[in-house]
Amino acid sequence: MSASPAHRTRRAPLLAGFALLALALAACSSSSQVGSYQYHWEYFWRSIFQPDARILGGLWLTLSISVTSQVLGVALGTFAAIGKLAALRPVRMLAGFYVWLFRGTPLVVQIVFFFYGLSATRIYRWPDLNLFGLSIPGEVQAGIFALGVNEGAYMAEIVRAGILSIDAGQMEAAKSLGMTYPLAMRRIVLPQAARVIVPPLGNEFNNMLKTTSLLVLISVPELYYVFNTLQGQYFAPFEFFLAAAVWYLLLTTIWGLIQSRIERRLSRGVAGAAEVGPSLRERLFGTRLGGAEEPSPVSGGR
Amino acid sequence: MTAGKDSPHDLLEAIGGAPPADDCIVAAHDVHKYFGRLHVLKGVTLSVNLRETVVVIGASGSGKTTFLRCINHLEKIQSGRIFVNGHLIGYREQNGKLVEDRERNIARQRAEIGMVFQRFNLFPHMTALENIMEAPMRVRGVREAEAREMAESLLDRVGLAAKLDAYPSQLSGGQQQRVAIARALAMKPALMLFDEPTSALDPEMIGEVLEVMEELAHEGMTMIVVSHEMGFARKAADRVVFMDDGLILEEGEPEAVFANPQNQRTKDFLSKIL
Repeated sequence: MSASPAHRTRRAPLLAGFALLALALAACSSSSQVGSYQYHWEYFWRSIFQPDARILGGLWLTLSISVTSQVLGVALGTFAAIGKLAALRPVRMLAGFYVWLFRGTPLVVQIVFFFYGLSATRIYRWPDLNLFGLSIPGEVQAGIFALGVNEGAYMAEIVRAGILSIDAGQMEAAKSLGMTYPLAMRRIVLPQAARVIVPPLGNEFNNMLKTTSLLVLISVPELYYVFNTLQGQYFAPFEFFLAAAVWYLLLTTIWGLIQSRIERRLSRGVAGAAEVGPSLRERLFGTRLGGAEEPSPVSGGR
Repeated sequence: MTAGKDSPHDLLEAIGGAPPADDCIVAAHDVHKYFGRLHVLKGVTLSVNLRETVVVIGASGSGKTTFLRCINHLEKIQSGRIFVNGHLIGYREQNGKLVEDRERNIARQRAEIGMVFQRFNLFPHMTALENIMEAPMRVRGVREAEAREMAESLLDRVGLAAKLDAYPSQLSGGQQQRVAIARALAMKPALMLFDEPTSALDPEMIGEVLEVMEELAHEGMTMIVVSHEMGFARKAADRVVFMDDGLILEEGEPEAVFANPQNQRTKDFLSKIL
């Protein structure tokens, strides 16, 4: 085998996977030793292939909270980005303050502050909400709010970079055709900026899927909360936390596939843009040789 | 190219004939413009009549492009007045002072003024057809079918009937600039501004763009063209304006200015480019 360095790097994730599997098997085989951990692999397999209502409920919450928070974050981030680029100084300062505040404080603090802080003082008690026959508990609302507002601060920078990457001539051309600033933004600049925004946005949502686990702090029964409860109940942390990891991995993998489809669609009309996104194999096991020369999607040269 | 008023390739016919208007389309009085401390326009006064084509020449840095961009308020001015079709552009007068107008009003004024850019500035995420349909639909509220029909007919007349669904990146520079001209015309402007429309083009593509512009001039569109294309100026311009250091130093019929420039600066400039 001609094992060039490039080859080796490309296969590294795959090899690492095999190593992990071997380690797990080795660990299993030692289970007979006295005083050692008793493995209950059936807990693991059942959590994956026959998930009960609790797990499915957690899955649903994780997914729905992630999507809602991300949508909120993108909306807030877009407004904040436009605010930061505004001609009026007070608007710029307001947007800057928002980003400064929510990027400068820990998400964990924001989550508990918004839920416990606001409800204990009765500033806002997060009453349950009924929306289209769907009951949304207060802690879920608080969780979505905290995650969304926090995400907005990060999205603001991403969207701003996206807008700045678009040639000023586009806005001028739109204006010269009689378009107002909001219309030109919505129809001309943002759709083009989206192509630059989507790759980092994909990262953000990938993060969001996992960050929802912090809502365990305010007792939102999302995926992590459920598995944390299960492991305590059956005293099987290895099996249940491993299963939790597999579920999160499944979510982020599916998202990765969706993202590459979106990116492909957005490259419409762009000279030199890849016609196809990364393949499944590339998504799963890494693509770039060495990985060092991957351009940053925000500041990158596309 | 000898397209007359009854040419079969009538460009203005595609948008329903030349717009009716007062005789004086553009009236600029004593326009001053600063970029920070840099005084780029030092009192430019120019009037352009209906159906007139004015070509503005001058060295780079003379302020000709800046002046053009002031006419549709892409640049602010610090003093002076610019009227298009009798309307003060970009500002309201309050107690003799200029106050910048509301954005909505400025947008409405810009809709009457077509502009063609040096770098085309087509919308890369839209096809040629969509580029042209966008503003009539979103700004004027034209229905899609009608906008499409007009866009198709405009593209046909700039010789791009086969490129309706092409994205800008699939078109040559010359083709892109022709789409850009069609896009500006789709708003049925009273005035067309051209900012060095051929200087970003490969030499072999300049002709096709100038041809469209000549045709437009002959059909009676009012045009202000910043360009160094002396051939175009000779064939299509009613007047040539020479700018230098933020001022108009000389103007007259193309032949007169080219053959017998009065100002020494004009002589120097022409001797360099002719």
